[in-house]
Amino acid sequence: MLKRTLLATAALGLGLAFAGAASAQDALKACWVYVGPIGDGGWTFQHDQGRLDVIKAFGDKVDASTYQENVPEGADAERVLTQMALGGCKIIFTTSFGYMDPTNAVAAKFPDVKFEHATGYKRDSANVSTYNARFYEGRAVTGTIAGRMTKSNKIGYIGSFPIPEVIQGINASFIHAKKVNPNVTMSVVWAYTWFDPAKEADAAKALIEQGVDVILQHTDSTAPLAEAAKTPGVIGFGQASDMAEYKPSPRVSAIIDNWGPYYVERVGALLDGTYEQKDTWAGIGGGEVKIGDITEAVPAEVKAEAEALAASIGDGSYHPFTGPLNKQDGSAWLAEGEKADDGTLAGMNFYVEGIEGDIPQ
Amino acid sequence: MFRLEKRPTPSRFWTGATPVVAVILTMLAGGLMFGVLGKNPFEVIRTIFWDPLFGEFAWYLRGQLLVKAGPLILIAVGLSLGFRAGIWNIGAEGQYIMGAIFGASVGLAVFPTENRLIYPVMIAAGAFGGWVWAMIPAILKTRFNTNEILVSLMLVYVAQSILAMAALGFLRNPEGAGFPGSRNFNSYPAASNPELIAGTGMHWGVVAAFITVIAAYVLLQKHLLGFQIKLSGQAPRAARFHGVNPTALVVLCMGISGALAGLAGLFEVTGPAGQISIDFNTGYGFTAIIVAFLGRLNPLGILLAGLLMALTYIGGEMASTNLGLPSAAIQAFQGMLLFFLLAVDVLSNYRVRMSMKGTA
Repeated sequence: MLKRTLLATAALGLGLAFAGAASAQDALKACWVYVGPIGDGGWTFQHDQGRLDVIKAFGDKVDASTYQENVPEGADAERVLTQMALGGCKIIFTTSFGYMDPTNAVAAKFPDVKFEHATGYKRDSANVSTYNARFYEGRAVTGTIAGRMTKSNKIGYIGSFPIPEVIQGINASFIHAKKVNPNVTMSVVWAYTWFDPAKEADAAKALIEQGVDVILQHTDSTAPLAEAAKTPGVIGFGQASDMAEYKPSPRVSAIIDNWGPYYVERVGALLDGTYEQKDTWAGIGGGEVKIGDITEAVPAEVKAEAEALAASIGDGSYHPFTGPLNKQDGSAWLAEGEKADDGTLAGMNFYVEGIEGDIPQ
Repeated sequence: MFRLEKRPTPSRFWTGATPVVAVILTMLAGGLMFGVLGKNPFEVIRTIFWDPLFGEFAWYLRGQLLVKAGPLILIAVGLSLGFRAGIWNIGAEGQYIMGAIFGASVGLAVFPTENRLIYPVMIAAGAFGGWVWAMIPAILKTRFNTNEILVSLMLVYVAQSILAMAALGFLRNPEGAGFPGSRNFNSYPAASNPELIAGTGMHWGVVAAFITVIAAYVLLQKHLLGFQIKLSGQAPRAARFHGVNPTALVVLCMGISGALAGLAGLFEVTGPAGQISIDFNTGYGFTAIIVAFLGRLNPLGILLAGLLMALTYIGGEMASTNLGLPSAAIQAFQGMLLFFLLAVDVLSNYRVRMSMKGTA
């Protein structure tokens, strides 16, 4: 076992030496692995916008032209990452949760290449950093708008996978919808995909048939908005990207992921030698999460309320998970005025009180 | 005018030549598509077909070719037996998933015990899982005359839901901080399926695929069962007069293909994939159907077809990363391969004739 590993390391090291020699005098090569197509108009699109920001910021000093779309999470990711590392990439951004184990496995074999894994928690070797955004901060804002805007008092949520990041979003949306509208109920549909327009449209359709008139989504395509557009009175929000083509309604606002500043910072740090392993989790305050333009379909006072909330989250005066809050089963979670700690949030696996249904186990 | 005339027997020449012609036509049409996309077609074709084998990183990619081809070949050989007998198991993807779940469950149940017997038992459990999943359509067909195509296909979606349940529930890594996904087998030596020789990509699944190819070849050429399978496909009535029991044949063919798909799943989950995750399956079970037909339902042909298919995946990825091709273009390219194969296939059963009298 040990011998095998040594051999593998030696073989890879040799390859790396060649690859390194070939590209030593060239620009720093930064590479991206995407889970969907750039044309998804959501998650992957925004990561690619971040890549373009890197090109804009560094010009000839950085070669950020390498990326791979639609990489399945698992064995294929490991091969793609190895190919990139062999191909001379010096920093590789792996932009989906499912790349966690492959990223760490490949990183162990290429200690000279920096790996940046989005939304994961494993940093097994010194060259792996993780980064994520506090999307739940944006969810608090859209939840507020949802609570104010619903006429049927039924809000629907299209979940992707039941992982903590998504559950944070569901809880944050519900808490803030409930705060402004005590009669609100929320149904969650699990799509088990990050990007599948057909499935997402089906999920939206099912929710609308149940009488839902505000749809929140944690999947990446515009399909739920397209579905909402077919039924008058149903609204939704842009997810990951602005999705401005559905303005002013059904898209009344959006949570926008803004990865550019982080990518520019990390690539810049690698260029000037200040790069260090770290775990980044920034939100509205850090500029990683932005609230897309709130359209005229939303009454002015609701818009003002939502913007004030976003501002208070941004300047740190308000935390979306502030007690008193109970868990779904009625047990106490946060006492009056208590704020959730990052550890609990990062591993969140429970609904707050009032949400119906179970998290798939 | 051209006219198609049915041949009395399929042309041996065209049966062999079809895959080659299809590959050449795919290169031409694909090259045209890449050209339209503004890329140099020769460079793209070279990146897909040449670089993984002989390029700068071939030492790594040749091994990856085996990793990718292994499960395809293993599943496709099993499917081809049924396809030859006219038994259509379309649900290998589901059997692949169930094999992985059964095998992984055995391994995780005894974690962290170290014992040489664990992996063989997991292999048996993997084959059993795939077999059980294939038995459902087989028994429904023999008992109630249901359509095995539909039942086996629908069971893929059931298997996917069970996979999600496993990743989120009963197989979830208890040390995973609430995230879905099982423990990683690569850090559990007794239950893992590592590379046997570093850098070659050879793991037990690839070994099993090669053994299966040889076994299937011998079965079809030398064994009475092989003869019965072929006869049932070509002349079901004659087969019955020959004493072939159609019920037994369905159960047997579905069982073999299910068990092999289950094995593929087990080797994949304990090796290259490493863990049970919600989207562990990436379509090997479906792609294997293409591989089976591309290989003319012949074990040796399937071996080559599996490697070719793996080549288009890995080379396609390289073309996509290095030349900036959209991944959809690569998928279209792979689709063309099947399209041309089926189109050219007409020539093995039909002859093209010039007709003097105009339209027939």
